[in-house]
Amino acid sequence: MKSLAELQAIKERTLKNMSARNDSEDATRIVVGMATCGIAAGARPVMNAFTEEIARRSLKGVTVSQTGCIGMCQYEPIVEVFVPGKEKVTYVQMTEEKVAKIVSDHIVNGNIVTEYTVGAVAK
Amino acid sequence: MRELSLNILDIAQNSIAAGASLTTIEVAEDTAKCELTITVSDNGCGMTAEQVANVLDPFYTTRTTRKVGMGIPLFKLAAEQTGGCLKIESEKGKGTTTQALFRTDSIDFTPLGDVTSTVVILISMNTDRDFIYKRSKDGECFELSTVEMREILGGVPLNEPEVVVWMKDYINEQTNILLGGVTQ
Repeated sequence: MKSLAELQAIKERTLKNMSARNDSEDATRIVVGMATCGIAAGARPVMNAFTEEIARRSLKGVTVSQTGCIGMCQYEPIVEVFVPGKEKVTYVQMTEEKVAKIVSDHIVNGNIVTEYTVGAVAK
Repeated sequence: MRELSLNILDIAQNSIAAGASLTTIEVAEDTAKCELTITVSDNGCGMTAEQVANVLDPFYTTRTTRKVGMGIPLFKLAAEQTGGCLKIESEKGKGTTTQALFRTDSIDFTPLGDVTSTVVILISMNTDRDFIYKRSKDGECFELSTVEMREILGGVPLNEPEVVVWMKDYINEQTNILLGGVTQ
C-alpha cells in the first residue's frame, strides 16, 4: 500500500544524489510530440516507454520532454533526439517496441537507428 | 482517440498552453445513473465569449501555425455519441472549465482507459505547474495533489524517476481500491 509518507523517504534518498547530476545544458534531450495528432497516433505509450527505459538503466543526463505538433502529422508519433554538439535526429511512426533499440543504440552508444528516422520512412 | 484518457491528456494541454498554474482533473462515476463526468478546470488566461463560441469549431484555433484545432471537437464528439454533452465555461483572466458528460450504458461509450498514465505524464512533463487529480465513484473518492506532494518532497523535482514510479503505483492502487478491484 503506497502512502504519501513514502515520498519523505524518496526525498532523503534522492537529495544525496542530486548534486551528482549533469547540468541540463549538456544533457541529451528526447522530445516527444504530444499534440492532438501525436496523442491520437500513440505518443503516450512511447513517452512512457522512454521514461521507463531511462529509469530502468538509471541513465543520468538524459531528459524526456514534450512538444506540440511538429507539422508532419502523418508521421506521428514523432520523437526528436538532441545530443549536444550533434545534429537533431527525428524518429517517426514510433512504437513502444522501437524505444529500447533507440535508447541502447543511439542514447547510450551514439549510433543513430537510421531505419526509424524520417529520412528512411518518408520516401 | 481510443481512450477517453487520451482526450483528457489533450484537453489538459490547453490549460498548460493557457498558462494555468493549477489544473484540476476530475473523473466522476455514477453507476446508478450510468453517467461518467470528466471535468478539466484551470486558472489560466481564459477565453472571451466569442472564443468560447468558436472553440467547438474544428476550423477555429488561436494558433497561427496551422488552421485546425481538433482537440475540443473530438472530445465533444466522444461525449455526444453516447447521448451526453460537453460544456465550456470560461472567463477572460480567470480560467476555463471544460466538462463532458458520458452515458456509460451507450454502445458508443469510449472506454476511459489509462487515466493514471495521463495524470503522471501531465505532472512529470510540467513540473512548474500544479495539478489536482480527483477520482470518484458513487460518492467515494480519492485525490492526488502536487501541492501536497511538493510540501513533502521539498527540492526534489516531480519528474524524479522514483517519484514518477511512486505516483503511478499510488494512483493505480487508489483507483483499484475505489473501483473495488474492478479493472477498466
